[in-house]
Amino acid sequence: MLRDTWLMAVKDLRIELGSRVVTAQILPFGLLVLILFGLAISPDLLVTGDARRSVLEEIAPGLFWLAVLLSALMALARAFALEADDGNLDALRMAGIDPAGVFLGKALAVAVQLVAIEAVLGFGAVVVFGVPLSDPLLLAVTLVLATFSITLAGTLYAALASGLRSRDTLVPLLVLPVLAPVLLGATLATRDALFADPAVPGWSWAMLLAVFSLLYLGVGMLAFGPLLEET
Amino acid sequence: MSRSERSSDTDVDDTGGQAVPGDHADDRPATPPPAHTGSMATRRLGVAALVGLTATLLFGLVITGPEETQRDAARLLYIHLPTIAVTYLAFFLTLVGSVIYLRRGSAFWDLVAGASGEIGVLFCGFVLASGALWGKPTWGVYWQWDPRLTSTAVLFVMYIGYLAVRRLELPPDVRSRRAAILGIVSFLNVFIVHYSVQWWRGLHQGQTIGLDTKIEGMMLFTLFLALASFLVLYAWLLIHRFRVAWLAREHDDLGLARALAERRAESGRRVSPRVS
Repeated sequence: MLRDTWLMAVKDLRIELGSRVVTAQILPFGLLVLILFGLAISPDLLVTGDARRSVLEEIAPGLFWLAVLLSALMALARAFALEADDGNLDALRMAGIDPAGVFLGKALAVAVQLVAIEAVLGFGAVVVFGVPLSDPLLLAVTLVLATFSITLAGTLYAALASGLRSRDTLVPLLVLPVLAPVLLGATLATRDALFADPAVPGWSWAMLLAVFSLLYLGVGMLAFGPLLEET
Repeated sequence: MSRSERSSDTDVDDTGGQAVPGDHADDRPATPPPAHTGSMATRRLGVAALVGLTATLLFGLVITGPEETQRDAARLLYIHLPTIAVTYLAFFLTLVGSVIYLRRGSAFWDLVAGASGEIGVLFCGFVLASGALWGKPTWGVYWQWDPRLTSTAVLFVMYIGYLAVRRLELPPDVRSRRAAILGIVSFLNVFIVHYSVQWWRGLHQGQTIGLDTKIEGMMLFTLFLALASFLVLYAWLLIHRFRVAWLAREHDDLGLARALAERRAESGRRVSPRVS
């Protein structure tokens, strides 16, 4: 199964290296979202009672994770668009690839891409929103755990949504409500990591992300068997 | 299957006298499907629901007095709490149906899960609406970022997604299997969303004004009456929705059988002149 996971992940990443859809389309889209947030919220709005902190800076963690979620949706849809043609999933099954391996491999490939997206968007957010950083370790842990949460749950739901048509419109509807707790946890943990907010237990929220990703690790591995056993 | 016993109608024999090919006749009864989904039992159930809901209106609006702290706004609870109960019951039945479908592959439970999910979404909409209407006089706003309200809204959207998967253009058994997986995972999600949102709001403020009113005597009776009536209504809706879904499935199968038969007849006609 681990070998299958590795094979699937390398296959997907190789396709990405060849096609550059994530780097050339999804990544610029994420950056665009960050800029649009700035336009919608206005950089001149100041937090009440504090002349030096803008609203944009204050809500930067949430905006960052929203931009990541929206980019992740596209990456997930892309991951299954790869397999939509020519009965690829059937071919994988006939090649004897473990369904759990397909699940983990797809999730891993998306995770690698998402980390790259987060790195660029994070850098972008620091530049355009101007945020401080007080706890780098918590931030790093949050990034990793949230990435796993998004990709593990997202891969399962994107697979459920993939159909003959209407695939692209259904993925957000299925994935986003499920990821609502992840958005909460990631935003609050990031908030603590950046501003050292005493009201927010950042590490506890990071724990929630860990539990969430472990849960979906198990559920996805179980569900992919019957899921691929179709057509 | 609780099939209607009043299936004597003959106008539904639209197969043109063609024998249905054997490979589609596995789990269908030989009698023609009924033209409507009512039966003696469901009619009684419907009447019971109607009487119960009317009585609920009467008790809720007229006979019980206004509550001490929330005054007349508390009357909404007679609708709000039972619809919440039905929502959870409906989604739970979707879970049960999904599990049984995955284990046994029975079309019956797949359709029960789908029918229950649909009614659950409907009632969840009622819950949100009645919650917002209750919030206006109580909190001063329709929407409060109350943990229950927020997680119910997420739940609502999540099960709309479940219904969307049930309508995906896929082979029926593939679609049913996916819906079943989703029906199970969604229920798991209900808890994650609920607790994370509760935790989130717990940080910023104490619990918002809750349902900490004393409910006793006539009010308690009204509440139970409402609960019973909504449960009967749910059962009635569920049975009808299930029967419609079952008929739709039969219709799809029959449509296929009929098309096959027509093609066969066509090829037979084309061949026979040449032979004679």
